[in-house]
Amino acid sequence: MTALTPVRTKAETALMAQFEALRRELPKKGAALAARQGAMAAFAATGLPHRRIEAYHYTDLRNLLREAAPLAAAPTPGVGESVEAGRFLGDLGAHEIIIVNGRAMAGPGEGSALPPGVTFAVAADPTPIILDVSDAVVALNTALARETVTLKVKKGVAVDRPVHVVFIQDAAAAQAVFARLRVEVAEGARLTLLETHEAPNAVATQSNIGVEIAVGDGAHVEHVRVNAEGEQALTLSSLGLSLGRSASALSVNLATGSALARHQILARFAGEEAKLTLAGVTMLDGARHSDTTLVVDHAVPGGQSRELFKTAVDDRAVGVFQGKIIVRPHAQKTDGKMMSAALLLSEDAAMSNKPELEIFADDVQCGHGATCGTLDDNLLFYLMARGIPRREAQALLIRSFLAEAIQDVSLEGLREGLGGLIDAWLRRRGTR
Amino acid sequence: MLEIRNLHAEIEGKPILKGVSLTVKPGEVAAIMGPNGSGKSTLSYVIAGKQDYEVTQGEVLLDGEDVLALEPDERAAKGLFLAFQYPLEIPGVATMTFLKAALNAQRKKRGEDEISPGDFIRSVNRVADGLGISKEMLRRALNVGFSGGEKKRMEILQMALLEPRICVLDETDSGLDIDALRIVADGVNALRAKNRAFLVITHYQRLLSHIVPDTVHVMADGRIVTTGGAELAHELEAKGYADFASLAAQ
Repeated sequence: MTALTPVRTKAETALMAQFEALRRELPKKGAALAARQGAMAAFAATGLPHRRIEAYHYTDLRNLLREAAPLAAAPTPGVGESVEAGRFLGDLGAHEIIIVNGRAMAGPGEGSALPPGVTFAVAADPTPIILDVSDAVVALNTALARETVTLKVKKGVAVDRPVHVVFIQDAAAAQAVFARLRVEVAEGARLTLLETHEAPNAVATQSNIGVEIAVGDGAHVEHVRVNAEGEQALTLSSLGLSLGRSASALSVNLATGSALARHQILARFAGEEAKLTLAGVTMLDGARHSDTTLVVDHAVPGGQSRELFKTAVDDRAVGVFQGKIIVRPHAQKTDGKMMSAALLLSEDAAMSNKPELEIFADDVQCGHGATCGTLDDNLLFYLMARGIPRREAQALLIRSFLAEAIQDVSLEGLREGLGGLIDAWLRRRGTR
Repeated sequence: MLEIRNLHAEIEGKPILKGVSLTVKPGEVAAIMGPNGSGKSTLSYVIAGKQDYEVTQGEVLLDGEDVLALEPDERAAKGLFLAFQYPLEIPGVATMTFLKAALNAQRKKRGEDEISPGDFIRSVNRVADGLGISKEMLRRALNVGFSGGEKKRMEILQMALLEPRICVLDETDSGLDIDALRIVADGVNALRAKNRAFLVITHYQRLLSHIVPDTVHVMADGRIVTTGGAELAHELEAKGYADFASLAAQ
């Protein structure tokens, strides 16, 4: 047999060269280096995922990522002190951690500002604790993220105010940022975690962000991610969630930015009787492409999972939802329900919905649904007959459709902030 | 005020209105009665601007201006109001948000300022009290979980709030018990005014005992077949529509 030599794309070759350059800057030995090398070797073996890889079927990265932008340089001093950063959701009185170009900043976001029971550190070891380097995007993130920003909440501590991790790209030209955040919430602790991502509109930025949240036994986490990167941005993000015994978590993703976005979630039930809600709002226009792909892994009995993803697709944009619920052989009494609903707002808009169940236990309650539809003409007529112009009537209906996915966010100010982002998107739509 | 001339309309190629002509003057309450399938509801939808219907001939004039080319919201801003036979439930749209959006959209089109939050709440509360609509109902999503009677009262609330000049009521009595009918009729009667006209579409005479019309038109097979005073409604109740259906066939 002849060994196959993979033909590398320009981007794959560039990514591997970037790793070689980064490796010369980082410590020459240790577990961290081994982890990076292992991840890069995994990436080298597969290359960028393409449409024949099931999880990337609708988002062919080998084809879409033509140029790997150069790694971002250290940010301009003072960038992280900008009062505007992360404030587009309104003032939430949050504890802030500011990460510019993948590097944690000193300043207002310094770890010392965090409340008692919460610690902040920058670790060198990028080995993922939940995510898996067999996924090429996670492998690249592991190999190329300089820092693993680590946040720990001690046992039993209820963090009073939200912790807001503000990711910013300080970019004057095309650049790539790889960043990693790890959050460990110990037994019985409570945390509201907000992560926001911003990048300038004028520059073709690329980002690959990995976030891992380990929710300990009986702990409760509410997590909100907002993608507000620029109009030319290529955004790859991976979220790993693990739930201990009787833990509960809500994770909401709201996407309003990026030319190309892929958000993948791996949620694992590690302890029995845990509850998880995943929700998402994706707003697409122009020629944008956004992919949400998730796996909920019920590895133990008694878990409950709920997924509700809403997508509004306008113009020539393309939305993708792939969701898989796995129920392992011993995970009896699992209760899982998944729903993806899309609203197509133009003739050329497209949505691919692929919900899946893989059930290996016999005493479970699982279901999934997927819908693609247009606005109801009768409802539109009713609103218009009261004097509300067409665009505004559409906006009322779209808002009510999307807002269902943010209604579980318990902090009112945060829920209103997210609603404000929906309104802002609808206003932009209304003026076009 | 409202003048309909030789109006023909069809849906999916099927003719429903076959030459309707009628005039409603300022201050007048005109009733349209007729059997099921005579085209009464279609007439109300065509007046309000529903897209499903294609107007093939004729005019609908509001103060002398043909409104058939206008969008439904533009007609509303000119003072036209349709109270729906089946008001729609809109989950996720708060009733107050909807009312405010409607009121301000109409004011904006007429070049008026937005209503102040205080004035808005006072106006809604005043009208709601008269119609027995509770604060709790106003806090819900529009018409969601409302009974048939509550939905009809909500239609009248919208009508009172928006102060239209021409009110088309499409089978407002359907699904109402006697008490609800009286509340709705009182609400309508309170709005009768010299500069406001009503077109009351109904199948039964019952509603017209509470809202006494100046004129009664009888519709059959897509046309107005006869016109008379309030007494015509009583005559119909006694004799039925059979005679008029045969008139239409001539």
